[in-house]
Amino acid sequence: MKAAAFAARNRKEILRDPLNFAFGIGFPLVILFLLSAIQANIPISLFTIEKLAPGLAVFGLAFIALFSGTLIAKDRGSSFLMRLFASPLSAADFILGYTLPLLPMAIAQSAIGFGVAAFLGLPINANVLLALLVLIPAAVLFIAIGLLAGSLLTDKQVGGICGALLTNLTAWLSGTWFDLNLVGGMFKIVAYVLPFVHATEAAKAAVVGDYASILPHLWWVIGYAVAVLALAIIVFRQRMSSDAV
Amino acid sequence: MNAIETVDLTKQFGERIAVDKLNLSVKQGELLALLGVNGAGKTTVIKMLAGLSRPTSGDAFLLADSVITKPLAVKSKINLSPQETAVAPNLTVKENLETIACLYGSNRKEARNKTEAMVKSFGLSEIARDRAKTLSGGWQRRLSIAMALISDPQILFLDEPTLGLDVIARRELWGVIEKLKGRITMILTTHYLEEAEALSDRIAIMAKGRLKAVGTAAELMSGTKTEKFEAAFIALAAESEVGR
Repeated sequence: MKAAAFAARNRKEILRDPLNFAFGIGFPLVILFLLSAIQANIPISLFTIEKLAPGLAVFGLAFIALFSGTLIAKDRGSSFLMRLFASPLSAADFILGYTLPLLPMAIAQSAIGFGVAAFLGLPINANVLLALLVLIPAAVLFIAIGLLAGSLLTDKQVGGICGALLTNLTAWLSGTWFDLNLVGGMFKIVAYVLPFVHATEAAKAAVVGDYASILPHLWWVIGYAVAVLALAIIVFRQRMSSDAV
Repeated sequence: MNAIETVDLTKQFGERIAVDKLNLSVKQGELLALLGVNGAGKTTVIKMLAGLSRPTSGDAFLLADSVITKPLAVKSKINLSPQETAVAPNLTVKENLETIACLYGSNRKEARNKTEAMVKSFGLSEIARDRAKTLSGGWQRRLSIAMALISDPQILFLDEPTLGLDVIARRELWGVIEKLKGRITMILTTHYLEEAEALSDRIAIMAKGRLKAVGTAAELMSGTKTEKFEAAFIALAAESEVGR
């Protein structure tokens, strides 16, 4: 009940901020339309909707980290977290309260992206539902990044790290904007060490029905999600028991 | 049984001792004002008593429960209104109150009933559906205190509750605090000496992390052979400052 009440508060805080809608849903959709328009006017197949829609779904999820990080950092900055830390909420209540409301938001955000992509030619079938499931570990990863950033940084720093750096890293290193094979070298090696391209590849494989290719990529994302979430929980618990609230 | 009992309560940040072996008792229903210049250790004391900061040594017992060994039991009996206004900005006044009630264990129906009662007693009806971020500083502070009271705490910490408020808003809050006296044990920190004098049963004065004196305003004036409370405060708080 306590975690549910806290989660409800966090959901309302995020959904009532119009900037979150603008960035979380509006921005990826604008890029979807823009790249689709470019694709319609070039002779080579660079931004086909089957590749673009999963890539932009992952890109959109990066904003989830911004939402969660900003909320936590603002709570810390405004003394609201001090009030909450003085309440009988346990560490588990806090972590559940901050993460649970974001998961349905992330799924809804991806579903809206795929829904709009349908108007641009993406066939809507069971594979799209599978892609939504495949994107859940990526959603958990970005939520965890937000929890970690919000526990350590101010809301302005979270804006810089999650809003600018993370979204750009996700965009450039996910293979959405261009084929990573075209760049190759160290760039490609780094991209494949990080989870973003794996999240995109897994979702792409789900959309096109290449089921065998999903898990090899998904394990990377799951591994990162578990590791970052564990780190975020450790750091958050340390902040709870420290004097730095 | 005292509501609050501290035993050699100490907090050290590196080399700096923020609170030095504090021994203080507060009776149930009493309002104790904790005074001191900036850096005297008042907020650190509140944070330790509220379970937000672990003492370096010593202990504090709130209604017999230790802040070190039974922090969750302590937290269920207390609430606090932090120095800065602590409200959820995008939630309405009612939602803020209901959320806090639920965090302290009320179910939805109980939370709604408590909220209605709190809205009425704090005169929040006209702004009940407004989002907290749209309220003036005075209303936000009033809401912040209502949020601290909705859990029916036995002990309430008010950390500079009237800081930054205009005279009228401050007087209104004094009225709210006056009504709580006797029912709830309160520790109030403030820089406004007249506030401490007007509201508190006893006043504790801290300087450089140490408790310099505790008593009624009259006792403190008599002990320092001064005629005004401000002079008594300066005499007690400045003793330690001179050696800085």
